[in-house]
Amino acid sequence: MFVINCPYCGEREQSEFKAGGEAHIIRPKQPTELSDDQWAEYLFMRKNIKGVQFERWIHTHGCRKWFNVVRDTSNDVIKAVYKMGEKPPTK
Amino acid sequence: MTKNLRVKTSKLIDETYKISFKFNGSTYYGYKGDTLASALLFNDIHLVGRSFKYHRPRGIMTAGSEEPNAIVQLHNNTSRTEPNVRATEIEIYEGLEASSQNCWPSVNFDIGGINNFLSPVLPAGFYYKTFMWPASFWEKYEYFIRKSAGLGRSPTEPDPDIYEHKYIHCDVLIIGAGIAGIVAAKTAAKNGYKTLLIDEKPYLGGSTIYQNSEHFKINNQISSSWLEKEINEIKKIENLEIKTRTSVAAYHGYNFLLARENLTDHIPLEQRNNKIRHRLLKIRAKKVITATGSLERPLIFNNNDRPGILLSSAIEKYANFYGVACGEKNVLFTNNDSAYETALSLYQKGINVEAIIDNREETDSKLIKETEKNNIKVYKGYTVVDTYGYKRINKVSIMQLSKDGQKVIGSKISILCDCLGISGGWTPAVHLFTQSGGKLKFRDEDQVFIPKEYSSDQISIGSCNGDFTLDEILSTVPKAIKKFLNLKKIDYEDFEIKSSFNKSKRNIWLLPSDKILGKTKPFVDYQNDATAKDIKLALREGFRSIEHVKRYTTTGMGTDQGKLGNMHALGIISETTGSKMGELGTTTFRPPYTPLTFGTIVGRSVGEYFDVSRKTAIHEWHVENKAEFENVGQWKRAWYYPKNGENMHDAVQRESKAARDSAGILDASTLGKIDIQGTDASEFLNRVYTNAWSKLAIGKCRYGLMLNEDGMVYDDGVTTRLGENHYIMTTTTGGAATVLGKLEDYLQTEWPELDVYLTSVTDHYATVSVCGPNSKKIVSQIIPDLDFSDKNFPHMSFKNAKIGNINCRVMRISFTGEHSYEINIQANYGKSVWEKCMEAGKEFNITPYGTETMHLLRAEKGFIIVGQDTDATMTPIDLQMDWIVSKKKYDFIGKRSLYRSDTIREDRKQLVGLLTENPNEVLEEGAQIVSDIKKTPIEMLGHVTSSYYSPNLKKSIALGVVKGGKNMMGQKLVIPMENKQINVTVADPVFLDKENKRLNA
Ligand SMILES: [Zn+2]
Repeated sequence: MFVINCPYCGEREQSEFKAGGEAHIIRPKQPTELSDDQWAEYLFMRKNIKGVQFERWIHTHGCRKWFNVVRDTSNDVIKAVYKMGEKPPTK
Repeated sequence: MTKNLRVKTSKLIDETYKISFKFNGSTYYGYKGDTLASALLFNDIHLVGRSFKYHRPRGIMTAGSEEPNAIVQLHNNTSRTEPNVRATEIEIYEGLEASSQNCWPSVNFDIGGINNFLSPVLPAGFYYKTFMWPASFWEKYEYFIRKSAGLGRSPTEPDPDIYEHKYIHCDVLIIGAGIAGIVAAKTAAKNGYKTLLIDEKPYLGGSTIYQNSEHFKINNQISSSWLEKEINEIKKIENLEIKTRTSVAAYHGYNFLLARENLTDHIPLEQRNNKIRHRLLKIRAKKVITATGSLERPLIFNNNDRPGILLSSAIEKYANFYGVACGEKNVLFTNNDSAYETALSLYQKGINVEAIIDNREETDSKLIKETEKNNIKVYKGYTVVDTYGYKRINKVSIMQLSKDGQKVIGSKISILCDCLGISGGWTPAVHLFTQSGGKLKFRDEDQVFIPKEYSSDQISIGSCNGDFTLDEILSTVPKAIKKFLNLKKIDYEDFEIKSSFNKSKRNIWLLPSDKILGKTKPFVDYQNDATAKDIKLALREGFRSIEHVKRYTTTGMGTDQGKLGNMHALGIISETTGSKMGELGTTTFRPPYTPLTFGTIVGRSVGEYFDVSRKTAIHEWHVENKAEFENVGQWKRAWYYPKNGENMHDAVQRESKAARDSAGILDASTLGKIDIQGTDASEFLNRVYTNAWSKLAIGKCRYGLMLNEDGMVYDDGVTTRLGENHYIMTTTTGGAATVLGKLEDYLQTEWPELDVYLTSVTDHYATVSVCGPNSKKIVSQIIPDLDFSDKNFPHMSFKNAKIGNINCRVMRISFTGEHSYEINIQANYGKSVWEKCMEAGKEFNITPYGTETMHLLRAEKGFIIVGQDTDATMTPIDLQMDWIVSKKKYDFIGKRSLYRSDTIREDRKQLVGLLTENPNEVLEEGAQIVSDIKKTPIEMLGHVTSSYYSPNLKKSIALGVVKGGKNMMGQKLVIPMENKQINVTVADPVFLDKENKRLNA
């Protein structure tokens, strides 16, 4: 069980949070103009990387805010935490 | 007792304190400080159990938690009975009752022992190969396998003990209080770190604490005396907490560890009441020092499992610590110097050592010289080829090893004995290290895996790091701690060490015999009866991965997780396949390190505390009026209210009829309520519901369907516009939390520009729903100031009102199809409003009804229940609810998915009504629906989702999902049941009042 540094509350136990899948998948602004394939790409396709992955997390049993986490899935080391809307770290 | 096997005891055993206990029905005694194992050995009992597969007699093998054989059942047939307890760990107490497991009728005469003679036909994977075919026979085989297998019996009565969980935060956690752990604890604590030291044993000091030999000295003191002083010192340090009888079960990432503190297992039963038995410690440590020591390896040779065969280090511990001789004629068999330590300890205590058989041909050390000086015969370059004695070893035969160690040569020599100590060198206890995500490396010189890369802020020190000898430990440990804790100076810089141990070792994973392998039984995993032969068979059959070989042969899969034999299994695989040990990998060490009780895992969360239960403000009334309850999520909901001994069916029929004939009342408080405010509230609802919301007038209510982005129905409920920028949304009882979560997600991540605020107010309001033709008469009595005319207060509208001087919200909405009102009031007035309604409704026979009647009434109207009539594969179109999907709105959650190629298929499962040919026949929910049972394979068209007998329609009604059902109106289908077929007709799902006349009646 890891410790996550919530950008609003600080370090808390993982059990206070919930993971929300891959980050930076933006809901299309005009879904009706997409083909089935394009819509399916948004709807179903998610990366599952062994290594550094960008993820959404929510502090469910805390401030209830969504934010982004950069986590190495091979060892659970969290490299960065940043708010929704902020640019992902490049390094 | 005929023999006196108690030699001079150590300081650690209190000879003045006698304790009596029972083993297999007979009474024995031991001393305070004894484990069950040491007390049994003192009573000359070696045979303790039978092995799992062959039911071979097995004895005590070790003196610790790695014990594979001596596992017993405690207090059989009582509520405190416990299986699989290691006799080597349990401390004896007055009244302890233990019995052997895995044998019937007794450990001395065991029917299953026949398997031993059948063993040529019971090879690895035997159960898989034989009993899996034909598949239909499995049930019959299983009965016999379960009966003859099984490790002990679980209790059948509730556990009388108390368990709890505790969080601990510390700067430095030290696991293991051997010499390395003690040095680490003192250093960390004295340098200001908040330190926690834990050890699974009841005492501190590991194996050094009973090391009495002149051959191992620290600063000119015998190592145990030196350590004793250190222990006395650390006990006085304030910021050091010490926990004994505490074993770390799991080491997770980020230095999060679970440990079990054992508080009462060592005291008599009658003293345990109202005390906490086990405490699960949830430890978050900034730094962890692992000092878990090492486990002695057995040697793998023919018949290496007889009672009386122990690890050499165990024999030494029984003699030095417990003062018990494991035998009167001891033979030791080794490939390294450890057995000589044992031999000298025994000699010192006057216990006879017949011989030492040493694999090594040319070897010399101070220890060996000393041994030979004491006239103990040493056979160098020899191996044991066989052992004899069924229930206790009585003889070994030995032969000379060939140069390459693969064969035996020369003639056989027999040596009589009653105890054989074996030593195959040492395996660092890296289990916790690897659990934490650490990577191992293989050290060729002594064939051990040692820590290489740490995954968190931690180090391994002492023999779990591969530093086995006293001089190695004391030269490496202080340096490692100094660096790890960033210290400038450390107390333990200078030592004068005397350590006579020579590290040479001759490692042969599988020792040769004069017989061919097929005729021998060299056990690798004692508990599961896996032999070297089985492993080789698995390799011949094509298994290569260690994980596969492990499962196929069951090596390492017992309650001891193969702590003794796993290395040998790896070694044999590597030798047989010609791959290198380091490259083969190891099996994964999974938590828990030693088994945990279920009690420890659940802690206080038992009985009524197992889960949170939520009760409405009106709950007490339901209890007083004898309602039966059902769980809906965490809510306790009134299910039905049986009267005069009614069964559920009769009660529900009565309630359903009353609600339609006159008046019914339902506690609807559990429905989720979300308060929505903000200038973009209407736009927000437009985006999350399938229908349009912008034009909903203030004071009006509307039913909404919420989809997932994949187009599937997610939740439903009525939302009311309270003001220009203010709505109250209701959700299903079970969906309240997830709907709120989903809405928050979209607001925070996709549409942060919307000015919308969400607040969960589910618990703030009690909701009383009154329905039926007389509902208006009842509700208007308790809210006399409100104009209840259809013109002022039509269906699907809302009014602010007052009951007395308490504000409430009244909605005229209906889930039953009847004219009805929902009164929402501050929760603490809920029960009083309910009682007022009951009072006012008396003359109309107002009838309280529960969830079952609610379900029946809505089914008569064809209203769906999300989660019962839908699963995550139903679109609104599948539900024949096209009317609620806005064609005009540009977008809403899930819209695009409604015309994917898959969602527009005509043959999707669609919701339909079902009427049985026989109107009295009620279908079973979940029953399959088919069209033709003669054509095979029979195509499954769908299933029944809701089914009731309707007292209002006087016939059976059902809802179901059927492939292409929308176009099958009037068609006949079949529900095949176990012993009959039920004919049904596809019908409109709205069975009652399709014109909605009753809503305005
Ligand atoms: Zn937070």
